[in-house]
Amino acid sequence: MGRKLLLTNINVPGINTFDVYRKNGGYASVEKALKKMTPDEIVEEVKKSGLRGRGGAGFPTGMKWSFLAKPEGVARYLVCNADESEPGTFKDRYLMTYIPHLLIEGMIVSSFALGAKVSYIYVRGEMMPQIRILEKAIAEAKNAGFLGKNILGTGYELELYVQPGGGAYICGEETALLESLEGKRGNPRIKPPFPAVAGLYGCPTVVNNVESIAAVVPIINEGGEEYAKIGVGRSTGTKLISAGGNVKKPGVYEIELGVSCEEFLYSDEYCGGIANGKRLKAVVAGGSSVPIVPANLFLKTINNEPRLMTYESLADGGFVSGTMMGSGGFIAFDEDQCIVRNTWNFTRFYSHESCGQCSPCREGTGWMEKVLHRLEYGHGKMSDIDLLVDVAKKIEGNTICPLGDAAAWPVASAIRHFRDEFEWHVTNPSEALTRNFGLAHYADPLPKKEPVTS
Amino acid sequence: MLKVEDTGAPVEFSPALIKQFDEIVSRYPKGKQKSALLPILHLVQAEFGWVSTPAMDKVAGYLALEPIEVYEVATFYTMYFMRPQGKFILEVCRTGPCCLVGAEKIMDHIEEKLGVKEGEVTPDGLFSWRGVECLAACGYGPVLQIGPEYTFYENLTNESVDKLIDELKKKANN
Repeated sequence: MGRKLLLTNINVPGINTFDVYRKNGGYASVEKALKKMTPDEIVEEVKKSGLRGRGGAGFPTGMKWSFLAKPEGVARYLVCNADESEPGTFKDRYLMTYIPHLLIEGMIVSSFALGAKVSYIYVRGEMMPQIRILEKAIAEAKNAGFLGKNILGTGYELELYVQPGGGAYICGEETALLESLEGKRGNPRIKPPFPAVAGLYGCPTVVNNVESIAAVVPIINEGGEEYAKIGVGRSTGTKLISAGGNVKKPGVYEIELGVSCEEFLYSDEYCGGIANGKRLKAVVAGGSSVPIVPANLFLKTINNEPRLMTYESLADGGFVSGTMMGSGGFIAFDEDQCIVRNTWNFTRFYSHESCGQCSPCREGTGWMEKVLHRLEYGHGKMSDIDLLVDVAKKIEGNTICPLGDAAAWPVASAIRHFRDEFEWHVTNPSEALTRNFGLAHYADPLPKKEPVTS
Repeated sequence: MLKVEDTGAPVEFSPALIKQFDEIVSRYPKGKQKSALLPILHLVQAEFGWVSTPAMDKVAGYLALEPIEVYEVATFYTMYFMRPQGKFILEVCRTGPCCLVGAEKIMDHIEEKLGVKEGEVTPDGLFSWRGVECLAACGYGPVLQIGPEYTFYENLTNESVDKLIDELKKKANN
């Protein structure tokens, strides 16, 4: 069993209530941070932990915090990004539903470290039940003296509010989130200035993912160095992985970074293998935006070394043969899934969610969606495949925010690894919808188990 | 292009609703009341079932904004309805991971069961349905949600959808 830092007490009955959470050691980090540490010491501890942003970009959290400008007399803000919308990712929903006080606790410690007196948790509007849960948790914490004026008699004051979104994937991008929190359309801002200098209402602001904020709690409780002992290299600590698609046991798993991909997918402690006795065809390892890889390249790197669930190992081989950790949205595809259909589906998503600010993304995602649609429905031409590669290339890197890249990568990687399946859709238009291309040479490289004979 | 319908019905905000608006505005620094726009539009939609032009104009008046500032926001976000909907709006996730486990078939089934196409309202005014993008519940797919509280229904099958629709019908008739 791997170590659990966030979900240690997840199975304790009533852990979603303040009393049970507190009895199980909850809010200890608030006491420690506010009474025994200075804000700078907390930032230092988070730096030592090596914690990297859990929302997808993987930028070191401690470093992000240390960039925060601190001009005299100007308010500073901490905003928690709970706009979880990346297809494949549902870890933040799980955390907020079942152990909401962990997020509240992390928010208090982090706000104290950053000198914020008002902090917001921006939750996607569809998660209305989670918004209610968080509001109840905040009221409980306030009642117990952990929020409001003069927290624990230390003189520190903090108000925490939950802000609902309006249903837009783009608001997961931090500057779009800030625009939305200011009551505007979720159009990402041009950077610089970065939010650390001019964020919410033009004030210095830090935006962190739910899981990053939650991870601050064990880091303060046990110390940054202790946290950094878990994991491999620059991938320290534990990570929540949301496993979905055709796995036997979908759900949220907390892994120690460094678990092998094979163990994660096939062991009974985690996904338990592919459902219905089928074989693995492909994996999207970190949410729909990251490159899709065929089974053989997921389990082993191009150098035939076992691939590990770490930021570095998943990215091994770059975009040619690797993928990314992203937000930890793990999607497995079994042998009966059609890569062209899935790529079309993902592209429709990005086309729908593009905010429309930058032409390459606004127009390009729509074109890709149309071309993929005609390929999937048997009206495609061979030249469409290169056309897609060309459009993807022209979106990538030419937009204000990373949504353009996120739309381009799944298409580019699907064609790179599954080109013959795209070609098959052109040469067999009558079968494109009725039959599937199947596994072909991407076959699950794990040997099949010997059938049990009685 | 989103078309904003106008039924011409007058919109009045009750004192209780205004009180909720006031509480929301108090969460932001002075002069930053525009931040309350999204939460207030959610409340308006929960109250009236959709967001009409007169309602948006009233919100603009309340927040001291130009009406266009409200229109541009309401039409940008996908959760706000610009035309009347059924009493129950079934929103089914149609993104990749849910499709891997049969979301497309569930949508076909809902269309057949309700007898209306995506975005249309059943003649009795009770139901409308639509496909929405990822609802961040990929491990429990196929999923659907029903506003305004966005109650969640997971691991859908044709049978569970039938049962849900029948229960909602019963609830509406009581």
